[in-house]
Amino acid sequence: MVEEAVSGQKSAVIIKTPLTKEDVLGLKIGDMVLISGKIVTGRDRVHKYLFNEKPKKDEIPFDLKGSILYHCGPIITKRSNKLKVTSDELLTQTLNTDTELRLIAGGPTTSIRVEMYEPWVIREYGIRGIIGKGGMGSKTLEAMRECGCVYLHSISGAAVYLADRVKRIIDGWKIEEFGMPEAMWLFEVEDFPAIVTMDAYGNSLHREIEKISMENLKILLG
Amino acid sequence: MLKLRDGIVELYKKVATSIPPDVVVALKNAHEAEDGLAKESLGIILENINTARQSERPVCQDTGIPVFHVRMPRGLSQNGMKATIIDATVIATEKVPLRPNAVDILTDRNSGNNTGAGFPVIYIEEVSEDRLRIDLMLKGAGCENAGQTYKLPIEELNAQRDLDGVRRCVLDAVFKAQGRACPPYTIGVGIGGAKDQVSILAKHQLFRRITEISEIPEIAALESRLLNEINSLSIGPMGLGGKTTAIGVKVGTNHRHPASYFVEISVSCWANRRGRLIW
Repeated sequence: MVEEAVSGQKSAVIIKTPLTKEDVLGLKIGDMVLISGKIVTGRDRVHKYLFNEKPKKDEIPFDLKGSILYHCGPIITKRSNKLKVTSDELLTQTLNTDTELRLIAGGPTTSIRVEMYEPWVIREYGIRGIIGKGGMGSKTLEAMRECGCVYLHSISGAAVYLADRVKRIIDGWKIEEFGMPEAMWLFEVEDFPAIVTMDAYGNSLHREIEKISMENLKILLG
Repeated sequence: MLKLRDGIVELYKKVATSIPPDVVVALKNAHEAEDGLAKESLGIILENINTARQSERPVCQDTGIPVFHVRMPRGLSQNGMKATIIDATVIATEKVPLRPNAVDILTDRNSGNNTGAGFPVIYIEEVSEDRLRIDLMLKGAGCENAGQTYKLPIEELNAQRDLDGVRRCVLDAVFKAQGRACPPYTIGVGIGGAKDQVSILAKHQLFRRITEISEIPEIAALESRLLNEINSLSIGPMGLGGKTTAIGVKVGTNHRHPASYFVEISVSCWANRRGRLIW
């Protein structure tokens, strides 16, 4: 779902997951968005696993169709009777609904590392948005144009600012096997800010910046 | 050495949850100079730095690979120092908390406490002073991945074996990094003749304050020229365009072999997290 809103002085587009193809086609590079709803995290291990093991949709506990995949390796602590549970315990204990997971910090990680997997993941699982940093390559851009998906650039390193826009951690998958940074986490976010830098029309702000900087580099190298 | 261990835990906490004052000043100056998306991004970064410090949470979720540079008075045990650092690392991982980042190459298992083979990275040197000095850097991996090694000469860059050749390598490395390593960057450069040595030298430059200028006039001139030229690439904060791609360039030199001329570039993200403990 998409609606216009005013955030600060700048107009931002409010988007709510799950996203439809029409929602995504309404976005273009340079747009500021505020994301609300459920999003899932996934980085190197998740992508490698999805690509190689090709798990069926019902083997993944979260519905990825129309969802936003966040390239993020968070710091999470678990509260139970004790104030804090050690990271070792977090890795070995099974999660249950009685425990409260707390997101300490959770900014974006560099997206280009999963370039070899992402086009397949977008096509196979119906992802409509990718949140990350640094942008992605031409193969992902093509898959986004083909399927209707956008790249949402988050603020690199703004880990506590962004963690404060995650209302809660709903669940996690592959926590023990992949470890805390690499597990797939299901977050509920509210007004999570990002900038559309690759749209579903084949435009990429990253490609534009690279072209400009290449021209400037040529001048400097003479 | 129980007290020293607690001191190192505190050092971890300080380095993870705050940004050095000289870096904050440079980011504020960049915020002043920019407009549009670049200004907005830097505004959020500055707010993030404040929130992290006030709430005592890590500035960035990637608390990185810890790099220690220890200057130790004669007579102290290196093995003892390493054991103390490792103990402190395990405690800090839970207490700060740090993100567990040490992954076994063969099993892909995360050790869960930031210790493992060669993890954390510890360099120890003996000094003639009687004070113990421990420098810690939490080096984010997104920017660590943007590092490059060059072997001069390189025809494609018209880079010969001189400081102009070095300049060309640095510009090429920053161009290749684009916005993927969280600009505005601090760039560490190491020049010399042994490949392993220039890597360490480049990384050690990132311990220098942003305001510190090289004592060698030719190198100081190169640092200043490179900073201007990197910023004229227009990659900008977040890599989305702008005037500030780097806030500092620091160059270190070693003697080289007649046959070798290595140039190493170590990139730090804007969150150049470093701190010092004097004991």
